[in-house]
Amino acid sequence: MANVVLNQITKQFRNVTALRDVSFEIKDGEFFVLLGPTGAGKTTSLRVIAGLEKQDAGTVTFDGEAVDARSPAERDIAFVFQQYSLYPTMSVYDNLAFPLRSPLRKTPEAEIKTRVTATAEKLRISHLLERKTAKLSGGEMQRVSIGRAIVRNPRIFLMDEPLSNLDAKLRESLRIELEHIQKTQQSTTLYVTHDQVEALTLADRIAVLRQGRVVQIGTPQDIYDRPANVFVAQLVGTPRINLPSATRTNQALTVTGSDIQMPLPANGQAFPPSITLGIRPEDVQPASDGAFAGQINLIEPLGVETILHIKSGEQTLLSMVSGMSQARIGENVRFNIAPDRLHYFDGNGMRVAV
Amino acid sequence: MAVVTNPQVDKGSIEKGVNYSTRVDKVGGRVQTVRTIRITAAVMLAFLLLIPVFWMGATAFKVRADAIATPPKIVFKPTLEGLIFLFTDRSVLNQARSKRLKARINELNWYERIALEGGQQITGPSEYVTRLRNSVIIAGSSTILAVALGLLAAYAFSRFKVKGESDLLFFILSTRMLPPVVVTIPIFIMYTKFGLHDTHIGLILLYTVFNLSLTVWLLKGFMDEIPREYEDAAMVDGYTRMQAFRKVVLPQAITGIAATTVFSLIFAWNEYAFALMLTSEKARTAPPTIPTIMGRGGMEWGTIAAGSLGFLIPVVIVTFALRQYLLRGVTFGAIRQ
Repeated sequence: MANVVLNQITKQFRNVTALRDVSFEIKDGEFFVLLGPTGAGKTTSLRVIAGLEKQDAGTVTFDGEAVDARSPAERDIAFVFQQYSLYPTMSVYDNLAFPLRSPLRKTPEAEIKTRVTATAEKLRISHLLERKTAKLSGGEMQRVSIGRAIVRNPRIFLMDEPLSNLDAKLRESLRIELEHIQKTQQSTTLYVTHDQVEALTLADRIAVLRQGRVVQIGTPQDIYDRPANVFVAQLVGTPRINLPSATRTNQALTVTGSDIQMPLPANGQAFPPSITLGIRPEDVQPASDGAFAGQINLIEPLGVETILHIKSGEQTLLSMVSGMSQARIGENVRFNIAPDRLHYFDGNGMRVAV
Repeated sequence: MAVVTNPQVDKGSIEKGVNYSTRVDKVGGRVQTVRTIRITAAVMLAFLLLIPVFWMGATAFKVRADAIATPPKIVFKPTLEGLIFLFTDRSVLNQARSKRLKARINELNWYERIALEGGQQITGPSEYVTRLRNSVIIAGSSTILAVALGLLAAYAFSRFKVKGESDLLFFILSTRMLPPVVVTIPIFIMYTKFGLHDTHIGLILLYTVFNLSLTVWLLKGFMDEIPREYEDAAMVDGYTRMQAFRKVVLPQAITGIAATTVFSLIFAWNEYAFALMLTSEKARTAPPTIPTIMGRGGMEWGTIAAGSLGFLIPVVIVTFALRQYLLRGVTFGAIRQ
């Protein structure tokens, strides 16, 4: 396993700049997640690290050693692709053995057999070894594809949205397995996803990418509790964060088009006169003696929690309450907003520190 | 076919659930009927299309009288005369010599006797065997070359950024736009000057070039269908691009390769005009040879049919050997795996 550093990587495709000055470090044994919407440059970053794509500027180092001149084979990495990419003409066994049979490694067949068998057991695919890959289900295919990566000990695992083609249940169970494997093997892993739930649950640290730039790097808690800008705040968390605009007066912040007023934080006098508030839905809670009044517009019961759409003046705020709610559409409610949990963003959408 | 255990059901009683099983049976029966009709139609069509082939095959084993009989004879006494005439050169005997030869019939081989019955004497082996061998060598070599070169070109066009890719591809295709016969004379002159006239290499080169446009375009289509991720995966797994091409791409392109091979082979095998123009003795192939069989001692339909049959067999063998790949191949990769 290795420590991997990307230093000011820039990559241009014809007219599109896929990566601009991207730098981050993956520590040895870390589960690092690249999170971002489609086209943010996540996959390109992976391919640059793998050597499948050559960057225009910047360096990639493994354990302090630049690997830019090395071919993908020489970099000793394992790649799990979104589309499984199992070799269709080979059996599951041959697929798993394929990396070990590389002319670079020359593993003896006996050892290949032990390692393939052990990997298959770990992923519970032993019964599939003789099968052709075309006859596997999606979940089985992705298991084999993960198996092909963990059958040897590469310096880093690169995973490109490995779970996105699976249905929800399977995704969840395979996610847990992945986490388990990573934690027991202490393997350095770079995982790409657009799914914030995957990112938050799996990552030791997350880098948020947007249009080829790194927006924020931090632990899941950093990202969720201290989003660097409006983009990150919206990207992470379901349901979506409330982002009402507000104006600053001397003593308070008044939400535009409603009578919601929040007290200014300690350094609030330094705030710009107009500001965007970030209010997580779980911080909006109905209470009979609540400070603000509103009307319930829509109810989304999800079982374990219920999302209420509360209209207050011109603003509609999402509120998340636990369990099933007794509230009814059209009902008038009172609610509170936790003042110490608020996020503040300036006119450019950047976080304003408190 | 309905299995009804409870007669009440037919009268529309409460137990309507049972009706499902009878319905399934009815549907099953209809599917069966459709299948039968379809197979019957296919067999009839195949029969219709195979009549000329059957005619040729039958004629190859008919004596001349049977071959030209009206109405055509379906049942006849088979003879090897056609085949023997095909593989031998003969001289026509006059009455006296025929009589002399018949006197010492016991010294003759079985095939010499058959020739004698047709009033002819065998003077030596015919050219047909060498010509057929030339056909095999030339068509085989040019097909292998065209497919191999086409495979590499198609892979490069499909995977790499090639400067002026669309122009190059169009240029390759444009070599097919002119009817080849138009350029026979320039090529004839070129070949004579370069000493390629009547050589195996000459025809192999020509057929390879003709087939290249076909193989590049066909195989590029198949290559495009194979996702790049397979090679990416193989390269990450510790293989070079060439190794990945061999181990991962080629096995997946096998249907395309099979289809392209058959198409190229059939073209090179059947080619007539250039073979006639550019060869005379050494390198002459079978197609220009077969019509020349007609000349000796009247229309020997049996011999012509036998020659055509022998000409047909190698292509049938190759096509048959590759048949398991062809069905998917000729759909031009339309079916994803």
